[in-house]
Amino acid sequence: MRFVDEFRDPELARTLAGQIVALGEPGRHYKFMEVCGGHTHTIYKHGIEDYLPPSITLVHGPGCPVCVIPMGRVDDAIHIAEQPDVILTSFGDMMRVPGGHGSFLDAAAKGADIRMVYSPLDALKIAKQNPSKRVVFMAIGFETTAPSTALTVLKADADGVANFSIFCNHVTIIPAIKAILDSPDLRLDGFIGPGHVSTVIGCEPYRFIARDFGKPLVVSGFEPLDILQSVYMILKQLAEGRCEVENQYTRAVPWAGNARALQAITRVMELRPYFEWRGLGFISHSALKVTDAFAAYDAERIFEIPGVRVADPKACQCGEVLKGVLKPWECKVFGTACTPETPIGTCMVSSEGACAAYYNFGRFTRERVREAART
Amino acid sequence: MCLGIPGQIIEILPGHGDLAVVDVSGVKRNVNIGIIEETLKPGDWVLIHVGFAMARMDEEEARSSLAFLRGLGQAYVDEMDALRDSQLE
Repeated sequence: MRFVDEFRDPELARTLAGQIVALGEPGRHYKFMEVCGGHTHTIYKHGIEDYLPPSITLVHGPGCPVCVIPMGRVDDAIHIAEQPDVILTSFGDMMRVPGGHGSFLDAAAKGADIRMVYSPLDALKIAKQNPSKRVVFMAIGFETTAPSTALTVLKADADGVANFSIFCNHVTIIPAIKAILDSPDLRLDGFIGPGHVSTVIGCEPYRFIARDFGKPLVVSGFEPLDILQSVYMILKQLAEGRCEVENQYTRAVPWAGNARALQAITRVMELRPYFEWRGLGFISHSALKVTDAFAAYDAERIFEIPGVRVADPKACQCGEVLKGVLKPWECKVFGTACTPETPIGTCMVSSEGACAAYYNFGRFTRERVREAART
Repeated sequence: MCLGIPGQIIEILPGHGDLAVVDVSGVKRNVNIGIIEETLKPGDWVLIHVGFAMARMDEEEARSSLAFLRGLGQAYVDEMDALRDSQLE
C-alpha cells in the first residue's frame, strides 16, 4: 500500500476513501472541479484521482494566475520593459511564459532590464535604489496576491516613490467560476473551492454557485487528506440533496475573509469592464485596474500599451485544459512539443499549471494504484 | 509565487511600518504583517505569500503545512530561493 502511506494519516485516508465510495450513487458519474492550481498540484503529486472510485473525475480549473494571462499581456509587458530607463520586475513564475514574441527571459537576453522579485515590496525597493529608472512591477494573481500589490502601491505613495508603477493584471476568481458554469462545454457536479484566495475573500462570495447553479462548493485545504475530505463533503451534500457552501479549511479561512486585505484592494484598485483570460476569452468585471486616485502608479497610463491580441499557438490547447474540458495528457502537444523545459502553453510553465503538475507527477495511474493496493 | 509558506515570527520591528522578522525553515527574512488584524507577537505562526503575512495559523498546522510543502519538491525549492533573495525594508 505504498500510495496510501504517502498520506500523513493512512488510516484516516483509507476510512475517507471507503466513505466516499459508499456515498456515491450507483451508476452515477461525478465531475468535481478544483478551482485552484495548488490543489491540482496536490492531486497529481499524491495521485488522489487514483485513490477515488472511477465514478469520480476531478476536473482542473482556471485557478493558476500565471496560466490565465493571455499572450498579448506578456507582449505588452515586454514593450514596457523595452522603453528607455525601465526596469521591469516580475515574479519568477512569469519569466518563461511565452508571449507572441518570446518570454521575459528572451527579452532580458536581448537587453531589456527584467528582474525577478519575490515580493512587490522588493520591486519598490529597487525603485528606491534606482531613482533615475522607472521601475514597473508586473502584477499578477488572484485576490490572494492583489492585497500585497495594493499595499505596496500605498507604501510607494506614503514614501513618495514617484518612479514606481504597476502593470496591473490582477484577476478575480468569482467571474471565472461563473464563466465556467455558464459554459455549455462542461457539466460539473460540484466545486473544491480555492484555499488561499478564500483567506482573503471568505466563503460568502461563492454562495451564488449553490443558490443559482445548484452546485455544492467546499473550500479546501491543500493536503491530500483535505482534498479527500472535501470530496467527501461535496458527495455528502449531493447524497442528502443539499447545495451549500462549506468550509473544510477552517484552519486558515475565516468565513468572512480578511477585511483589511479587501480594504487595501478597494482603496487602490477597481474592476475593469472586461478582461481577456487565456482560454476563457473576455469575461466582464473579472479583473482589476488601478483607480484614478493612484493613476501616478499605473503603468497603463504612464506608458503607451500596444494592447495587441495574440492568438494562442494553434497546437496549444491550454484553453481547453483551463476550462477543464481536456485533461493535460489529452492535449496534442503534451509531453512532446510542449514540456516544462520548452513550454508552448502557460499550463506547462507554472508549477501550479495542470500540465506541469501532471508532467512532473503523472506517474500515478489508476492501473498502478490498483496493482499496488493488491500487494 | 503561488505558494503560501508558514513562518514563525522572531521579532516585530517597531518603526519599520508593518515589518516583522520571520523564520521560514531557517531562513530569516522581513515580511509585512499589515494585513493581519490581530496583534502578533514573537513565536506566532503566519502564512506568508509574496512577502506578506496573509493569515495567522496554529503551530501544528504550520508544521504540517511545512512538511507538505517540502514534499512538493521543485515548487518549494523555487519559492525558498525567491524568499532568500528578498530583502524587504
